[in-house]
Amino acid sequence: MSQSNTTMNLTMYRMSSWLKSPKPYLMFIGFGFVLSFWYFSVEVWKLPRFQDMPALTEVFEEWFSKDPYYGLSIYTPEYYKHIGISLRRIGYAFFLATALGVPLGLFLGWSQKLREYIFPLFELLRPIPVLAWVPLAIIIFSGSETPVIFLTFLASFFATTLNTMLGVESIDEEYSRAAYCLGASRWQTFIHVVVPGAMPFIFTGLQISIGVAWFSLVAGEMVSGQYGLGYIINTAYIMVQYSQIVIGMITLGIIGYVTSALVRVAGDYMMQWRVRELALGGD
Amino acid sequence: MSTVDKTNLMPTKGAIRIEDVVKIYDPEGTAVMAVDHCSIDIPAGEICMIVGPSGCGKTTLLNTIAGFHGLTSGHIYLDDEILCGPGKEKAEPGSDRIVVFQNGALFPWKTNLENIAFGPMMEGKLSKGEIYQKARKMMVDAGLEGTEDAYPGEVSSGLRRRVEIVRALMNEPKVLLFDEPYRALDSLTKSVMHEALLEIYYKNKVTIFFITHDLEEAIFLGHRLIIMSSRPCKPKKIVEVDIPHPRDYSVLTSPRFREIMNEAKSVVNEEARKAFEAGEKEG
Ligand SMILES: Nc1ncnc2c1ncn2[C@@H]1O[C@H](COP(=O)(O)OP(=O)(O)OP(=O)(O)O)[C@@H](O)[C@H]1O
Ligand SMILES: [Mg+2]
Repeated sequence: MSQSNTTMNLTMYRMSSWLKSPKPYLMFIGFGFVLSFWYFSVEVWKLPRFQDMPALTEVFEEWFSKDPYYGLSIYTPEYYKHIGISLRRIGYAFFLATALGVPLGLFLGWSQKLREYIFPLFELLRPIPVLAWVPLAIIIFSGSETPVIFLTFLASFFATTLNTMLGVESIDEEYSRAAYCLGASRWQTFIHVVVPGAMPFIFTGLQISIGVAWFSLVAGEMVSGQYGLGYIINTAYIMVQYSQIVIGMITLGIIGYVTSALVRVAGDYMMQWRVRELALGGD
Repeated sequence: MSTVDKTNLMPTKGAIRIEDVVKIYDPEGTAVMAVDHCSIDIPAGEICMIVGPSGCGKTTLLNTIAGFHGLTSGHIYLDDEILCGPGKEKAEPGSDRIVVFQNGALFPWKTNLENIAFGPMMEGKLSKGEIYQKARKMMVDAGLEGTEDAYPGEVSSGLRRRVEIVRALMNEPKVLLFDEPYRALDSLTKSVMHEALLEIYYKNKVTIFFITHDLEEAIFLGHRLIIMSSRPCKPKKIVEVDIPHPRDYSVLTSPRFREIMNEAKSVVNEEARKAFEAGEKEG
């Protein structure tokens, strides 16, 4: 209870200092600038390469329309079905990547032996871009759902594992020594020192992981699958329903932002000690 | 032990005997001799101060006693039981000898109370309730009341050091090993810490092996000063501090204190100069 309180307080504190800073107003100016450029370049000046761009007014009219021309707006259940399916895929992939990546990273950082076996292989696979995995994913996994989840999982898994491993390596040796001195066994040291000590890096990893998950998801949905935000964008392009492309993009931006904020809140919740140190401004 | 401290009863356990210890670091064939045929006898309950130039091998000696690494030859005994020697290259780290580290090694992810309870919790001999009760009592005795639920990062560095010492004492060790624990503190905090340490010591007599650069600190706290030679380290001169315990800060201005200070200073300066010149030759 006191835990969630601290998290709440910190969130409130961040909010109020954010509102007091010039940031939100600069943000509005930034948004305003981009939106008006969009509006003027397409609808007023009609710049050469912009004539086929969906217009700002057209997109927003479609997005908020009760009876959308292309069948997709905030009032249609279809819209939420696409969002739901994308979210479900992200959920599975992110959960799997975390459930496998965190323990693997912990053990890789903890055991020299294991690292020598696995790490070279890991380093060889990691730079392969997700798109290069698409054909194999479709060959290996049946249906339209599993290949997409697999692709989404991949990059997330690498990011989580690698950061977790770095987290273990970042722990000052004196903490383990202190634990041994105080009579902790190797396993107890792992639980009480290695896991919490790596936590800040783990959550950095999870932030990256959720970001790359959306990236890979869209790539996956564009090639395979019948639903999802990536699918909307791709189909809209093929069907020349350009305003839907932009609706899909904006939706992705908003939901992507929310999911990564959720990961941050979870991190604050699990690392009260850090939250409180930061709230004190260091010492 | 003839000149010091007949007024206070000394414990019978915790004598350390260092016999002819040699430690050679040999990372890439470039042998570095850190400790050279060093013999020191520390009776149970003594505060033994180790003074010596930078890089002479003091930490190396402490780490060998603690069991963080092995020795090249020689023996170390704790109460006539062998800690390490031929056939047992490295001592097993254990809660009979607890290190208080140079930079402090309280676990930042545990509250002060959890830190203090850590040792007995790992040991698992007492119930959680008993351990926390004891921990709270020790905190009150050490003037740490009210900081139980704070994280180490939330309290001052002076308090942190005190928490760390109490954490070590919870395990009822025979020996406390200090590696320049007050190096980073300002002189005012330092003097408070010295008196606090002595106060704790008078209540829980343990053998103290204390490394420092600060001669005033060494003489104020110690029964004996062991002044080390420049690398490789071995005792160069032993200075008995025949100022009776219990002491308080008034002894700093006593003529005897000045005399001992001058005696120690000349030896230390000579060694520091040697170390500096050796460093110049190498660099
Ligand atoms: N793991 C190691 N491998 C190789 N050489 C080492 C290692 N640890 C220490 N040394 C070397 O051994 C010597 C003694 O180091 P040590 O840390 O024991 O000195 P110290 O007296 O504690 O110094 P300081 O006062 O600076 O803390 C130094 O020259 C150091 O470079
Ligand atoms: Mg040292």
